[in-house]
Formats: sequence, C-alpha cells, structure tokens
Amino acid sequence: MGSSRRSWLLALGLSGLFGLTGCARNNGDSLVIAGSTSVEPFAERLAELYTARQLKAAETSGTPVTEINIQGGGSSAGIRAVENGICQIGMSSRALTLAESSLYEIPIALDGIVIIVNRRNPVSALTIEQARAIFSGEVRSWDELGGLRQSITVITREEGSGTRASFEEKVMFGEDSVPRPFARDALVQDSNGAVREIVASDPAAIGYISFGLVDHRVRALALDRVSPSDSTIRSGSYPITRRFLFLTKGPPTGKAKDFIDYVLSPEGQQALIDEGLVSIR
Amino acid sequence: MRRATLIEYLLLLTAGTAVAAIVLIVIFIFHEGLPLMLKFGVVRFLTSSHWAPTRGEYGILPMIVGSLAVTVLAILIGAVLGLSCALFLAEFAPRKSVQILKPMIELLAGIPSVVYGFIGVVVLVPLIRRLLGGPGFSVLASAIVLGIMILPMVIAISLDALNAVPLSYKEGSLALGATRWQTLYRVLLPSARSGIIAALILGMGRAVGETMAVIMIAGNAVRLPDSLLSPVRTLTSNIALEMGYASGDHQAALFATGVVLFIITMILNTIALFTIQRRD
Repeated sequence: MGSSRRSWLLALGLSGLFGLTGCARNNGDSLVIAGSTSVEPFAERLAELYTARQLKAAETSGTPVTEINIQGGGSSAGIRAVENGICQIGMSSRALTLAESSLYEIPIALDGIVIIVNRRNPVSALTIEQARAIFSGEVRSWDELGGLRQSITVITREEGSGTRASFEEKVMFGEDSVPRPFARDALVQDSNGAVREIVASDPAAIGYISFGLVDHRVRALALDRVSPSDSTIRSGSYPITRRFLFLTKGPPTGKAKDFIDYVLSPEGQQALIDEGLVSIR
Repeated sequence: MRRATLIEYLLLLTAGTAVAAIVLIVIFIFHEGLPLMLKFGVVRFLTSSHWAPTRGEYGILPMIVGSLAVTVLAILIGAVLGLSCALFLAEFAPRKSVQILKPMIELLAGIPSVVYGFIGVVVLVPLIRRLLGGPGFSVLASAIVLGIMILPMVIAISLDALNAVPLSYKEGSLALGATRWQTLYRVLLPSARSGIIAALILGMGRAVGETMAVIMIAGNAVRLPDSLLSPVRTLTSNIALEMGYASGDHQAALFATGVVLFIITMILNTIALFTIQRRD
C-alpha cells in the first residue's frame, strides 16, 4: 500500500474516532458528586435508580436525562471540591469543621462505624477503652483479649477520611482532650472496601468501616455491649453513629436540587434502607 | 532550501516545547515545595520520622527509607531475572523462540500498573502472610511486584546491549580457546556493561516513580521498616494518599516530597551517566 494511501486511511480513521464523540447520548448538564468513600456506593445506587426513573419519564416527556458522575476521594477531598466548584454536590461522612461551615449541609442517612474482625477471630465484643488500646498500638496481641496468640494487624484509613475522623472522635479521644494517635505500624488503606477486603482475608486483622458496608465476610463487634444494628444506630445507643451529608454551596438548585429531592423522598430513603443504611427520617 | 529551514525551525519549536514543559514542571514543584522545606528546616524534613501533617509535623524519613528499600530490592530482583533472561535470549535461545518470547515480554510492559497491584493484593500478599508471617503488606511484596514490572524494560535494553557487541569479539574469544561461559562472562558482559547499567538505571527510575501498585500492596504504614516483612510507605504513595484533601502547609509538604523525589531521580541519572562515561 502506497504511503499516501496509508496516510489517507489513517486520517480517515482518526476523524472517525472524533466523530464517535457525538454518540454521547446526553444533552443535559452532568452532575458531579464527589467525596466520602463511605457514601459513594450508596450515592451510586441512588444515581442508578434516579437515572432509571428519568429515562422512563424521558420516554413520554422528552426531558433530557441528567448524567450523574460519582467520585470518591474521601470526605475532606469532597468538601474541598464543592468549595472550589469542582463538583456540584459533595459527600461527607463526618461533621463539618468551623472552617467548612459555610457550606449548605443536607443529611441524607444515618450510619454507624463498626469495628470488624475476621470471621475466624473468636473475639466478638470490645469496650471503647479496649478499642482505643488496640488501635493505638498499646495492646499488640490477640491473646490479651481472649483470642489466639497472634500479633494484631491494625488497619486504619487515610487522614482525610470522614470515617477515620468520626472514629477518632468517638474512640481515640479519652479523658484527655487530645486523641491517642493510631499505632505507628497500622496499615493505611484509602477506602472502606479495601479495609473490608483485608480484614476478610487476614485472621489477625482489625479495622473499622461504615455499618452499611458490613457483609457476611467479616464479623462486626459489639461495642460497650451494644451490637450495631438499625435500631441501635437510630436510637443512638450504639456509640459510634454519624450522619451522611450531601453538601452544596448555598441551597441546592436545578439538577442538584432535583436529585437531592429524590434522595430525601420515601423512595430514595427506602433504597438506602435496602442497601443497609438507616433512614434520616 | 527555504522548506528545509522551515522544517528545521518547526522541529526546533517542538523540541523547545518539550524542554520548556519539563523546565516549567520542575520550577513549579520547587516553587511550591521549597518554601516549606526551608520553613520547617531541610534537615528536619529529611531526617524526622514524625509525619503528622494535621499537627504540623512533616518528617519524611520513613518514606525515603521506604522508597529506597523497595527500589533497591526491586532492582535486585529485576537485575537477576532480567539479565539472565536477556543472556538466555541473546546467547542460548533458538532463533524461533526468540521471535515468540521477545514480543511476549514486551507485552508485559503494556499491563497497567493497577492490574499488577490488584494481582499483588489478591495473590501475593496472602501468600506472604501465610508462608512468612506478618501482615503480608510489606517491602517484600512491593519489591517482587515492582521487580516484575521493570522486567520488560531491563530485558529489552540489556538484550539490545548484548546483541550490539561485535561478533568479532565473541569469535575472537572462542578462537583463542575460551569456553562459552568464559566468553560470556569475560568478554560479552563487560562489553555490554554500559547498556546493561543503563537498563538497570531506567528500571530504577520506573520503580521509584511507581505509585498505584505500591499503594495497594505496601501497607502504607508511616514507620521505618525494620524487616522485609514490615509494611512501608513510599514517597510516591505519600503524595497520592494525601493530595486529595491537603491544603496550605500540608499541600506544600507534598510538593516538597516531590522535590525530594526529583532530586533522587536526578542523582540516579547522574550516577548512570558517570558509569557509562567511565566505561568509554
């Protein structure tokens, strides 16, 4: 094949590729939601249902379907992103600090933070003091708690994590106003899912994840004699509860408001309950 | 005549853009990171083991040691496996096999690093945990995965270096009565030395800069590693884990980490240059 024929074909191919960009279906604005990895899977589920509903409505009325993009990054990253206008809705799994309080917060669900261990670990309950001792590295072996003689592998989240912040606030603070720092050799992972995976496969591991993400592969510990469940989280008797927040810069408008209204509606809240969270209503 | 000069200028322009991009990136990193290093104290930044950015502590020694430990071990693994493979392909493999093996090895270079990390988490980490103890997330796991990641680069460049040795050297050595191994060891390898070292240095550069796979399997504990089985955090992982939410001094500290990374890479490249020049 002659070289000019080849370059023609190449040019044709490239322009064809560019033409494919027109296949993107969506004409409406896209909604970007970013932040907490705890809230992320639930936001994705809600976006799925919301988009399905919109598609159904679009068949009859022809209104454009909003494309929703959900990203993780952690609560602090989400807060910064919405402050800087990078996303329309930020997700947070911790309370806002004073510096962040100018944002408009919309609680969408209640959640608890659950300490998890491997299924093969005989330990099933801890007090908050014991938890603090384990996560700060003071207690180093499982046999001090009635388990096997094995060195405890502590897993924590990265510093910007809302889950970590809430956990620190409720567990790592003791009588002093300064929290006990996490163990120096604690493994650091950057999402709830990663922590759960490690705990599920390492018999000596212990970590903390969102209540909504606990599944059959890990064992949730009772804390101060209270087992985490829908009722204990809602009533507040389980010691570590927190609200999932959607954050906007000022009261939500337009596409964002529409989605948030859906999330707060009975249908949206039921979807969250089905996925394992506790409704905010 | 004019068309040639136009093309010359065009090429100069493109080359200049490339150089300008690099220079600007370097200036930017130093501009963002250097003030914090100076404010906090360069020595303290580099030698303190206390990294607690929310409390104003920015010591990156554990990360420097982590990066160095993982990289050196990865290079050892990559060198042993890669060099042996290159020697095999250059000297002992039948031509037909080389035609199949070489593309397959180059294919390894196309696997995204996150896939390596994924396989590391699912296969290697539990294996290390079961066989050797510890949490599994360790210097060893990172070094093995990184070593495999740099193999294609090391093999390809070493192979080229070995193949570039003039046939007359080999033939002369054999004609003088040397055995095949003696020829390999005393003639071929020394002649190809500068190329092989270049391969290793490039591999080292790749290993130092690898982030995604390492975050998944190294454990990311901020602690000086005291054994091969300790969890460790590298300089690159440190930046990637915290950049999403860092602001102000914390963000500047991450840029300062970038400055240190840049300097380490520069040192590595300079060593490579000197080793190559000394040979010639």
